[in-house]
Amino acid sequence: MTSYRLGSGGAVNRGQSLNFTFDGRTYKGFEGDTLSSALLANDQMLMARSFKYHRPRGVVTASSAEPNALMTIGLGSRAEPNARATVVELYDGLAAASQNRWPSLRHDFGAVNDLFSPFLGAGFYYKTFMWPGVLWERLYEPLIRRAAGLGKVTMQADPDRYEKSWAHCDLLVIGAGPTGLMAALAAGRAGIRVVLADEGFRLGGSLLSESAAVGGQPAAEFAAEVVEELASLPNVTLMPRTTVFGWYDDMVFGGVERVQKHVASPSPDLPMERLWRIVAKRAILAAGAEERPLVFGGNDKPGVMTAGAARTYLNRYGVAVGGKVAVFTNGGSGYRTAADLLAKGVDVTAIIDARPQSADPVPDGLRVIRNGSVIATNGRHRIEGLIAERSGFEEVIGCDALAMSGGWSPIVHLMCQRGTKPVWSDEKQAFLAPDVGGAFVAAGSAAGHASLGDCLKDGSAKAHAALDSLGRLVGSLETPEVEGEYDPSFAPLWYVPGARDKAFVDFQNDVHVGDLGLAQREGFRHIEHTKRYTTAGMATDQGKLGNVNAAGIVAGMRGVSPAEIGTTTFRPFYTPVSFGALAGTARAEHAAPVRTSPLHGWARKNGATFVESGLWYRSAWFPREGEKTWRESVDREVLNVRANAGLCDISTLGKIEIFGQGAAEFLNRIYSNSFLKLPVGRARYGLMLREDGIVFDDGTVSRLSENHYVMTTTTAYAADVLAHLEFSAQTFWRELDVRFVSATDQWAQMSLAGPKARIIMSRVVQEDISDTAFPFLAVRDVTLRGGLKARLFRISFSGELAYELAVPAGYSEAVADSIMDAGREEGICAYGVEALNVLRIEKGHVTHSELDGRTTPDDVGLGRMMAMQKPDFIGRRLSTRFGLTAADRLQLVGLKPIEADKEIKAGAHLLKDGAKPSMANDQGFVSSACFSPTLGHFIALGMLKSGRERIGERVMVWDGLRGSEVLAEVCPPVFVDPENRKLHL
Amino acid sequence: MASLITCPHCGTRPKEEFSIRGAAAPKRPSPTAKDEAWHRYVYVRDNPKGRYQEYWHHVAGCRRFLVVERDNLTHEVFGVTDAAEFERAGAAE
Repeated sequence: MTSYRLGSGGAVNRGQSLNFTFDGRTYKGFEGDTLSSALLANDQMLMARSFKYHRPRGVVTASSAEPNALMTIGLGSRAEPNARATVVELYDGLAAASQNRWPSLRHDFGAVNDLFSPFLGAGFYYKTFMWPGVLWERLYEPLIRRAAGLGKVTMQADPDRYEKSWAHCDLLVIGAGPTGLMAALAAGRAGIRVVLADEGFRLGGSLLSESAAVGGQPAAEFAAEVVEELASLPNVTLMPRTTVFGWYDDMVFGGVERVQKHVASPSPDLPMERLWRIVAKRAILAAGAEERPLVFGGNDKPGVMTAGAARTYLNRYGVAVGGKVAVFTNGGSGYRTAADLLAKGVDVTAIIDARPQSADPVPDGLRVIRNGSVIATNGRHRIEGLIAERSGFEEVIGCDALAMSGGWSPIVHLMCQRGTKPVWSDEKQAFLAPDVGGAFVAAGSAAGHASLGDCLKDGSAKAHAALDSLGRLVGSLETPEVEGEYDPSFAPLWYVPGARDKAFVDFQNDVHVGDLGLAQREGFRHIEHTKRYTTAGMATDQGKLGNVNAAGIVAGMRGVSPAEIGTTTFRPFYTPVSFGALAGTARAEHAAPVRTSPLHGWARKNGATFVESGLWYRSAWFPREGEKTWRESVDREVLNVRANAGLCDISTLGKIEIFGQGAAEFLNRIYSNSFLKLPVGRARYGLMLREDGIVFDDGTVSRLSENHYVMTTTTAYAADVLAHLEFSAQTFWRELDVRFVSATDQWAQMSLAGPKARIIMSRVVQEDISDTAFPFLAVRDVTLRGGLKARLFRISFSGELAYELAVPAGYSEAVADSIMDAGREEGICAYGVEALNVLRIEKGHVTHSELDGRTTPDDVGLGRMMAMQKPDFIGRRLSTRFGLTAADRLQLVGLKPIEADKEIKAGAHLLKDGAKPSMANDQGFVSSACFSPTLGHFIALGMLKSGRERIGERVMVWDGLRGSEVLAEVCPPVFVDPENRKLHL
Repeated sequence: MASLITCPHCGTRPKEEFSIRGAAAPKRPSPTAKDEAWHRYVYVRDNPKGRYQEYWHHVAGCRRFLVVERDNLTHEVFGVTDAAEFERAGAAE
């Protein structure tokens, strides 16, 4: 037996045994275990294969920095790759699987890479897989991806829910170790709103692994007592299992709470994870410090781990990481680990201390090799001994675990996420948190304090400083006494010379000292270049363990201080965050809001097929029995509108109500055409330009009363137009009294079009709507026969006699039903936006297919709508510049195929008949095309160079994308009723 | 960018409620201004580093245009004013 569970001790619940599997085998652990502590308790030290060389790996840490023990947790749709076994909370039925091995973890074929490792050094991809370039995508990349790698993501949909939430507080304390607990306690007692967040499932941090006594009781019990008091304070919110992963502008912190990751059967009523945005007036970073591995030959053998990790497994989980543990250290942590192990009856074979001397107390009878180093480790799937070297003499020391300590690196990640680099301290031999202003400060070991007592004190002190700055300081500093603490100071040792095996700097990416040297020799000297060339500091752990060592080693190679090397850039997230948490509820059909018209139910009832139009779902056509293609339905609808009547839902058009004494003048400046003299009770078509003279949007404006207008916009531009109106009113013409409100969702609007529209509408409204009483472009309030107040507009997009009826949204379905009833004898049909599009192309009306952000009013034949006599309107000034008035601009024309059965498609280009397709010969393009059932052949609208002068000319409609060429005749863009007789029926 | 914007009408709100329109400094020239002035107004924008005045539209709030004065390097926000106030103050100068 090598690693094992002690007979007693630790913060696990020995009364609650949990079953779990690893690679299919069943094991037992206890409540309170992590997956890694439970595996160690079952003597399963081999946990993973490394990224590149497939070397056997065990666990190196007991923390979220773990680079090796990455596993896939869960089965089927819940399988999550690359979870760190060190932070996975054990639950009954947990299924874990190792990664990056085939056929098994013990017998991994990929380990052959280790033999080829001389060829696989840093940058080998770039040097090896160079030619031919086409093989990169087809061969090299798939091969490399298969050979090297992390876990595989499931292709099944995530069955769980996620949500997002905001939290607000006076003080956010990040980390609930000794420092964080004291900070939260001081602030909590003072009565300010405190959030205490910790990534662990049990609050207490290093106190849970500590053998010293705090406040006269075991450290873990002290922690529990503080947590209990904090929990009793109504102004303190405890957030265990919550990683604060990012620091953003304005003291907003991002956090992810693992709500149910540790639950055997997750409740469907709770999210799996919750993404928090925490707004804090002050924040204290009490994230602690990371123990550095020592960089020596064979330092990646399973069983080699940090001294602090060995202590955590021992004291917190009651697990001995080995039966015979050796210690390699350059500071006090190694001695403390040896003492703790011995105290629990675990055999310690020797301490190898890299320093010539130290004041650390040596446990009785324990051998210390001073000025010693480890140059190799024996064993394959687990360390079975090490070769120690001292003054040229080598010695094999037996062990089945090796606790190493290379000193401490404060965890300053969060404070460096907004562009400020950490600061090297020669005194502490560490990168310290930068000064980022008083609102966010580091405390305790995150601030470089070493001893437990100093951390407790600093936590209280930083909380007091925060209270003081908030004007809420009460009480005095209280710090509990610590008994039996050790001195964690250390001497710098970046790497151990004489290595007989690879000395790894970055375990996760298999980067060893040699790779760093190669990068320097080949010119990738800046630490950011070194990172990218060697991959040191990449992937899921982002170099939490390795980066500081890498900087120290590179500094040593270059003969400079680590201060000159610096660190790579720190970015969110601190640890990986699931896409599920980031997406929250915005997934599948909730990824974007669905907008349905008030007449959606009516359309569905009438059999509509819907089409997405931005966020809207619009009725596209209404198939009837026997119609096999969409064209059959659309052709029927078009012909029926032209012959009888049809009802179309146009509620999605933007509707903006405009009020105020300045409204007329305002509209006159917003539109290119004139609006001052629009009489009450009339509608007018208007063109809005951008300031550069290009058409922005079109629509109608109706004057309902002296100072009340209603504007329609296109469906797509409704929001942009409203913002444009607001901007113009609020900044350009503040003197004009005008107000706007969107009424798009409040009113349903339907168009009743066709020669029989008046007969049908007159059965629905009470008022006289004869051509005399209610001529083309008339507008009025009407009362429907049922008593409902509504608005009637005589506006036509189809070219037919048409009315648009606007009713309050809630009544729309009843009104549409009654119109359909009223028109049954006249042969009314429902028609959708496809038929509407055919009707408008036949009539030569433009939409955003023509108003595509490049066209002027004149381009689309609406030059008469430029009221240049007005002193000012948006777009007026630049509309006259040369480029917009050139004679060879593309102009709107109609197109019809010479051979009547040929199809013209939108997007095709126009060429002179006989010209070769080329950019130089391009004459324009087809903007809209359809089959015209009215005319019996395809028709199109297009933009053609000097088009209006070329009526009658033959052009080639060249569609290179779909491989067709159709000869067409250029014609006026209005195919149906060019004299507008139907509008005035 | 900022995470939070303190709207003078609605209070401190998350940035997702706002939509950014761009530099607030350029002023719409008079209709009779020279071509060059109009060209600059429509097409030419400085790309300053540091302190910067920018229109933010509180689309999911009061729907007022605001002028946010901020540092586009450090993201510090110095002040938020209603755009109409901003224009009025500018016109008074």
